[in-house]
Amino acid sequence: MDYNFHWRPVFKTLPDLLESAILTVEVAVLSMVLGILFGLALSLIRIHMTGPLKWFAVSWIELARNTPALLQLFFFGFGLGAFGIHFSPFLIVLMGLTFNNSGYLAENFRGGFNAIPDTQIRASLSLGMNSFQTYTRIIIPQVLRIVYHPMTNQMVWAVLMSSLGMLVGFRELSGETQFFASKTYRIFEYFAATAVIYYVLVKIILGAAKLMALRLFKY
Amino acid sequence: MIKISNLYKSYDDLEVLKGINLNVSKGEVLSVIGSSGSGKSTLLYCINGLEPIQQGQIIVDDIDVHASDTNLNSVRQNMGMVFQQWNSFPHLTVLENVALAPRIVSKLPKAQALEIAEKQLRHVGLGDKLSKYPSALSGGQQQRLAIARALAMEPKCMLFDEATSALDPELVGEVLDTIRLLAEEGMTMICVTHEMGFAREVSDRVAFFHEGVIEEINQPEELFGAPKSVYLQKFLSKVKK
Amino acid sequence: MESSSTYFSGFSLNDLWYLGEAALRTLWISVLAISIGSVIGIFLGLALSVSRVVAFTLGTILDIFRSVPLIIQLVLFFNFAPIIGLRLNPFEAGLIVLIVYTSCYVANVARGGIEAVGQPMRRAARSLGMNYWQDLRYVVWPIGLRAVFPAWVGVALGVLKDSALVSILGYVELLKASQILMTRTQEAILILSIAGAFYFALSYPISYYATRLEQRWSQ
Repeated sequence: MDYNFHWRPVFKTLPDLLESAILTVEVAVLSMVLGILFGLALSLIRIHMTGPLKWFAVSWIELARNTPALLQLFFFGFGLGAFGIHFSPFLIVLMGLTFNNSGYLAENFRGGFNAIPDTQIRASLSLGMNSFQTYTRIIIPQVLRIVYHPMTNQMVWAVLMSSLGMLVGFRELSGETQFFASKTYRIFEYFAATAVIYYVLVKIILGAAKLMALRLFKY
Repeated sequence: MIKISNLYKSYDDLEVLKGINLNVSKGEVLSVIGSSGSGKSTLLYCINGLEPIQQGQIIVDDIDVHASDTNLNSVRQNMGMVFQQWNSFPHLTVLENVALAPRIVSKLPKAQALEIAEKQLRHVGLGDKLSKYPSALSGGQQQRLAIARALAMEPKCMLFDEATSALDPELVGEVLDTIRLLAEEGMTMICVTHEMGFAREVSDRVAFFHEGVIEEINQPEELFGAPKSVYLQKFLSKVKK
Repeated sequence: MESSSTYFSGFSLNDLWYLGEAALRTLWISVLAISIGSVIGIFLGLALSVSRVVAFTLGTILDIFRSVPLIIQLVLFFNFAPIIGLRLNPFEAGLIVLIVYTSCYVANVARGGIEAVGQPMRRAARSLGMNYWQDLRYVVWPIGLRAVFPAWVGVALGVLKDSALVSILGYVELLKASQILMTRTQEAILILSIAGAFYFALSYPISYYATRLEQRWSQ
């Protein structure tokens, strides 16, 4: 092995890498928040509606789950470009991840809703609550607990998927890494350092999720 | 208080209730007995507006429950219902379980809702469990919680749907005691039940359901002492065994 | 528009064949990665359930692979191989990374399956005189397989979709082929839709069939 490792450039640009890691977390968190909202809506439409709206929801869910995330990203990046619609790399990644998260989360939510017995709905209706109150006060809090674990997994996925940003010119952690790697030709060193940063990020997210669960679910 | 006339109810092709006429006056306790599938529970769901009906009329406290311009949510506020499965809300504490509906349905201030909830929980003997979660309670305690939850809405009548049949035998007593207490206080009640002893002791009248009709209805001494219907005689002899 | 350049040209039937061939390459690398990775993964899963020390050390290593984006792993390995003197083409490098990636996820699934069988049942099997391998073959395998089959299908379909990332090494599978065609024809929407349809046609039937099977088993 006659390869000489050079870590110095990596250390010199470490602050830049860490700063771009914040961008990674930002886009992942945003795509999760949007994904939860859209996913909730999609699952409710899939459960309760018929007609074109249901068809739309099912197509979204199944396309998100049965095609590669990278293809979805390309679609928002290059596909819509054909209509003269051009988005910033940040928006491309955000839309791609949101589309993907929504599809997966929708199915998690559907499982959650199915797991709540009908008798819970009957009980709250019999107390005079309307359906909106029944959903927001009784059903959704319980569903959130059921899907909490899959949801943290999806959050980790969102962080990992955001690395695809480097293929559409987004300077999040991976994009920034690629930028420096190609500038210095220290590809291995840079990507190794980035791997470590991702690992730490994921651990922090899982740890935070555990702490949050302790606070949220006392029962 | 509750007037039911010519009530028909079916699920798709299956006719469950075939012409029910029934009046329950204020303060009366009516027990409903009969084998499973005779339509007893369905009757309660129809009274509470949880199931639509095909024909007839249900009037509770001068309001036609199934009229199209009736606000079901406000009708239900006047009726407490307790189910076979205890249905406590697992994500809320015992106190929050009871205080939720007064707060968001009756729109009471939080402090007042909590006060009512605490009062009702003491009433059913759960005063020491306020901050526990339902998962820490026994089945009997959860069913008493369900009763307190319904009572907190200060209903004009209570509907019990086999409130004790999902409980372990040793827990049945405490729930029946709570219902008995309500009867003594003059609450109007319809109790669908399997507990013949309870029906006999607590009720003003007992109705025997058979295949979707009220086969026989009478005061408990007569109904249990001298059953006229052949089906009722058969049913009682089976239950006694 | 008659283009004077020969560089850009419209989408033709030949291109559809080209994409079809690329889809076969996607299928080929995925099937190889899934089958080899699953076998390795099952043994890793067994190792995880053997002792606590093994579970901890091996678990940590697997954890690292699951916490670093696949795209980073691909770049890292592709640049690391020459350092240790391995001359790998994009297909070989991509396949090796996908196999490792698959086996890490399958290991977790396999451990779940073994745990699903439970000690009392296994003790019962051993008390009948079965040895370790007989216990695995006749008790753990059939029962555990049912418990984790849906999760395994999820992993397999994930690998099928994630194989799109091997495109960054230059292996011309479905996504790389679409990128090449997009550059030439400038018809991004059409080509991405066709590529999406290929992925969907590979993934959706399996996912649908697995869900049906799961429902039948749970009855």
